[in-house]
Amino acid sequence: MTLHARTDEREPLTTVTGTPSRAGRGPGRARTGGRRIGSHVFLIILAIYFVIPIWWLFVAATKNTSGLFSSPAFWFDDHFALFENIAGLFTQQNGIYWTWLGNSFLYAFAGGIGATILSILAGYGFAKYRFRGRGAVFGIILGSIMVPLTALVIPTFMLLSQYGLINTPWAVILPSLLSPFGVYLMRVYTQDAVPDEMLEAARIDGAGEIRTFFQVALPLLKPAIVTVLLLSVVGTWNNFFLPLAVLTDPNLLPVTVGLNRWTALSNAGAGGEQVWNLITSGAFISVLPLILSFLFLQRYWQGGLTIGSIK
Amino acid sequence: MSIDTTAAAPPRPAATSAASEPRPKRRGSRLERRRQRWGWLFVTPFLVVFAAFLVFPLFYAFGMSLFTSTLATGTQFTGIANYVKAFTDPLFLEGLLRVGAYAIVMIPAQLLVALVAALVLDSLTSWLSKLSRLLIFAPYAIPVVIGALMWSFLYSPRFGPSSTLFDFVGLDAPNFLAPDSIFGSLVNIVTWQWSGYYMVVIFAALRSIDPSIYEAARIDGANGFQTATRIKIPMISSSMVMVITFALIGTLQFFTEPVVLRNIAQGAIDAAYTPNMYAYSLAFSYSQFNYASTIAFALGILVFAGSYLFLFLTRKQSGLK
Repeated sequence: MTLHARTDEREPLTTVTGTPSRAGRGPGRARTGGRRIGSHVFLIILAIYFVIPIWWLFVAATKNTSGLFSSPAFWFDDHFALFENIAGLFTQQNGIYWTWLGNSFLYAFAGGIGATILSILAGYGFAKYRFRGRGAVFGIILGSIMVPLTALVIPTFMLLSQYGLINTPWAVILPSLLSPFGVYLMRVYTQDAVPDEMLEAARIDGAGEIRTFFQVALPLLKPAIVTVLLLSVVGTWNNFFLPLAVLTDPNLLPVTVGLNRWTALSNAGAGGEQVWNLITSGAFISVLPLILSFLFLQRYWQGGLTIGSIK
Repeated sequence: MSIDTTAAAPPRPAATSAASEPRPKRRGSRLERRRQRWGWLFVTPFLVVFAAFLVFPLFYAFGMSLFTSTLATGTQFTGIANYVKAFTDPLFLEGLLRVGAYAIVMIPAQLLVALVAALVLDSLTSWLSKLSRLLIFAPYAIPVVIGALMWSFLYSPRFGPSSTLFDFVGLDAPNFLAPDSIFGSLVNIVTWQWSGYYMVVIFAALRSIDPSIYEAARIDGANGFQTATRIKIPMISSSMVMVITFALIGTLQFFTEPVVLRNIAQGAIDAAYTPNMYAYSLAFSYSQFNYASTIAFALGILVFAGSYLFLFLTRKQSGLK
């Protein structure tokens, strides 16, 4: 396979510890003041474009339905209705929103943590053991990164329905365990970050393979683990096509599919109840966990995201 | 087996020399064989999932696509008939052309925003630039469904700010959800959602370039623009190839955003707007699972072939051999 030959031969140059420090570099590349200001103005415009919909969502979450229609889109209404909306989320269909949010957490964590564990083990196996068939198997896994996962949704649905797993949490969690890209990232990272000599030394000291893995290799892999975990949790949290296909029971839906259903009903108008204020506040609450985890885990993902980009 | 006959081979030296060998030689001591088994043990849990949820569904879809099921005749083996039907089906072909058009517009748009933002951020060290970097990345933390929902509100003439904004400058607000503007509206959503992620990848690649190269370029008289186009961009070409590959795979499977926007733009987005949406509606609205499998499998093969071709054509830039 053309792809794997590359990872085998040369050690990919990846940023291991995140952004390399380049203290003192800034002033060294002296800039004329005007250019600097121009760059900043450009950045501010860009940042506004990327943030304004999120700002809108925050503002909209604090409005009731009439406020959504009557007040300025990007500023608060006179009536601050966020807490009413939250209370509404508890009463609408017996608080099904919170069930959805709980489901999203369950699917994202079970799927994300499971996928990460499998990726760590497989990445370590591929990076540090030379078993027969390794090259071929890894080549197939690398190639599979290019298989669009949505193409698998319909056959997966049919398979799961044969085993009676449709409309169970397993229908979302099990397929989410699959993360060929995670395996690739972990392999590339492990190759760099875990020196063979250290493993050999541990073995000579009498540590078994499992102990060597847990006590020598695992601590060195932390940044990559956080990155793979974040990517797979985000992937599962984001997933829409799969739960849309394999879940019909309203109590099992993740928050993404649930909110989309509310929107479809509210848009349908006749018969459907209009719950715009609950959609906006529900959407706002549902984006908080990920935004906060990205903020707190900055140190890790900013370096970790380069792992994949070889060289 | 050859493993037994080579038992007399010298014991395997420490793994340092093993690391430089391209392939394992067949001189396995007992230790070596045990190592091999451990390798498989570490890899097996993933391979089980891989077989169950990737390999098997693919073969299953292919198998399904070779049969046709009708009420009158039951299920019959029809060979490639479904593929002939798919590639002459205007709904499928239009969907393919449409995602092709999206790829041509959307990928350069995302790449351009990401690249320019990353280059500007790389040249600055202020707190403002650090803050902007976070803000530009923020949409990645928003689920695609929620992002599309937010934009559908913003586009909507009922809630949206667009009428107010355009009134302000004395113009009629365009209808973002009309059939002839939905293309741009969807491009905007995707660009908004993903550029920040690509920007972070490119930015990190830029940061890993040795800054002494810039010194040398400066001494040679290169200005900022020349440094960017002649040094920085060529040096991060492998990251760019990765970003484009991901964007390509993502675009060809376009599904979530048009499905969400369809809630309020039924007239502009039909049920077969993209191949994935077509496969979904065939399966779940019309229960044509055989034909839906055909569409899904055909799309899968096309995406795989397309991204493989792209990686092949850019193998020099990416360093993949």
